[in-house]
Amino acid sequence: MSAARARAAAERAARDSYGRLVALLAAQSGDLALAEDALADAFEQALTRWPDDGVPRNPDAWLLTVARNRIRDVWRSAAHRRTAALPDDTASADLVHEDPLADVDPAAIPDRRLALLFVCAHPAIAPEVRTPLMLQAVLGLDSAQVATAFAVSPSAMQQRLVRAKRRIARARVPFVVPDRSAMAERLPPVLEAVYACAAVTWRQGAHDLAGEARHLALVLAALLGDEPEAWALAALVTLSLARRQPAGAFVPLDEQDPATWDADLLAEGEALLRRAQRPGVPGRFRLEAAIQAVHADRRRTGRTDWAALRTLYVALDAVAPSLGGRVALAAVVGRLDGADAGLAALPPEPSPAFQPWWATRADLLDRAGHGVQAAAAFRRAAELTDDPDVRAYLSRP
Amino acid sequence: MRYTILLHYPEMTPESMGEDAWAEGEREFTAYAATLQAAGALIGAEVLQPSSSTTTLRTVDGVLQVQDGPFADTKEQLGGTFVVDVPDLDAAIELARRAPGVSWGAVEVRPGALYTVDGVWTPNA
Repeated sequence: MSAARARAAAERAARDSYGRLVALLAAQSGDLALAEDALADAFEQALTRWPDDGVPRNPDAWLLTVARNRIRDVWRSAAHRRTAALPDDTASADLVHEDPLADVDPAAIPDRRLALLFVCAHPAIAPEVRTPLMLQAVLGLDSAQVATAFAVSPSAMQQRLVRAKRRIARARVPFVVPDRSAMAERLPPVLEAVYACAAVTWRQGAHDLAGEARHLALVLAALLGDEPEAWALAALVTLSLARRQPAGAFVPLDEQDPATWDADLLAEGEALLRRAQRPGVPGRFRLEAAIQAVHADRRRTGRTDWAALRTLYVALDAVAPSLGGRVALAAVVGRLDGADAGLAALPPEPSPAFQPWWATRADLLDRAGHGVQAAAAFRRAAELTDDPDVRAYLSRP
Repeated sequence: MRYTILLHYPEMTPESMGEDAWAEGEREFTAYAATLQAAGALIGAEVLQPSSSTTTLRTVDGVLQVQDGPFADTKEQLGGTFVVDVPDLDAAIELARRAPGVSWGAVEVRPGALYTVDGVWTPNA
């Protein structure tokens, strides 16, 4: 293990423990913002007290106890304020006596992160803030890091996160893992949000988070235990990460040298995908991961199995139709049946403009020998990307 | 925790929707109230008269105006409210799912802030 990897592993272990503490405090208090603030206070106290008193035998339990006391203090003062504002109110005084944290054994810290993930991707939370919430609450990233990943200003991101957390507390979104009957409806947004975390790391400035997205997917799969789509998502994220090219000139997938891929991550991605195998119709993420596995196989066979890709993209279109999937299928058809067939398989020009549609059309036109039209399509594709490396590639003479 | 379930839907009359459909709608409201009552969740409910019967007061340039018609002249109007007391938002959404009109309009689930007991404000919790 390299020094950099060792450091990343240590940081992640620390943040794992942070995520577990936040999840437990939030699940018990119903208030994510309060849980995070209380834990931040506890860390601050640790920094001043541990150097003199020594590090406690169970640091997590120490932090949990201090944070819990802090939450109680806040409750007491809030109840006091309410009682003062509403002198005849007797109900709020009960808040002080009701202590949902009372039964928590600090020595055995249960893992409530799965419930926290379901809260972050609750239907009552706006879709665009779900992934940022996960990154902050479950992985412990600060709002500036999250803001960078989503290319928004730190203050704007901070505001979105604060609003979402207030909503969770005020509307009382429960910190529970949905039961089996609700799972089919509640799991897809969680998978989506974790997938969005991986997708965002392909953006410039967010590369450092790629490992975090994979970690989040692995945590989700492990906590769910026997959910094939979660293992498939972990495989998909891992296989994509393995093929990440060094920053600099953009190289399209089928021109990449397999020797530049991360063999360990590929092997791990393939192992994760095997855990997702079940009889019956595969889900969306299993198909997407299988598509990545076919590409990865080129390192063994020296060729891309386009026929297998066609089968998988056709199945994906049946299970989870999307414009991106249709466009990718047209590119595959172009390789198997010729560029003209690929052009015929391309869906009609989408509105608003869709960059992969233009890039694929440009490539197919070029292969079909329509140089002038291809050049125009390449220009359009270059205009539509926000990645300078991709733009440089599409604008090459 | 109290939540108010607000039903918004296009306004209808027995004439516009047909007597049978109207009767079916009434049966749905009856069944829904019974469901909430049986669940021990129902605090109170009210089905409102059409917005053609409503009167709106507002102050314009310092002068109080009393006018016929609803606050907002939209296609969908507030048609009824159900106040329920349940443990959390998921439980409230579960009840809202079964509200009459979920297929013909929007059903809003709104957490309460304060409610009165014998005329005294009490925090929702």
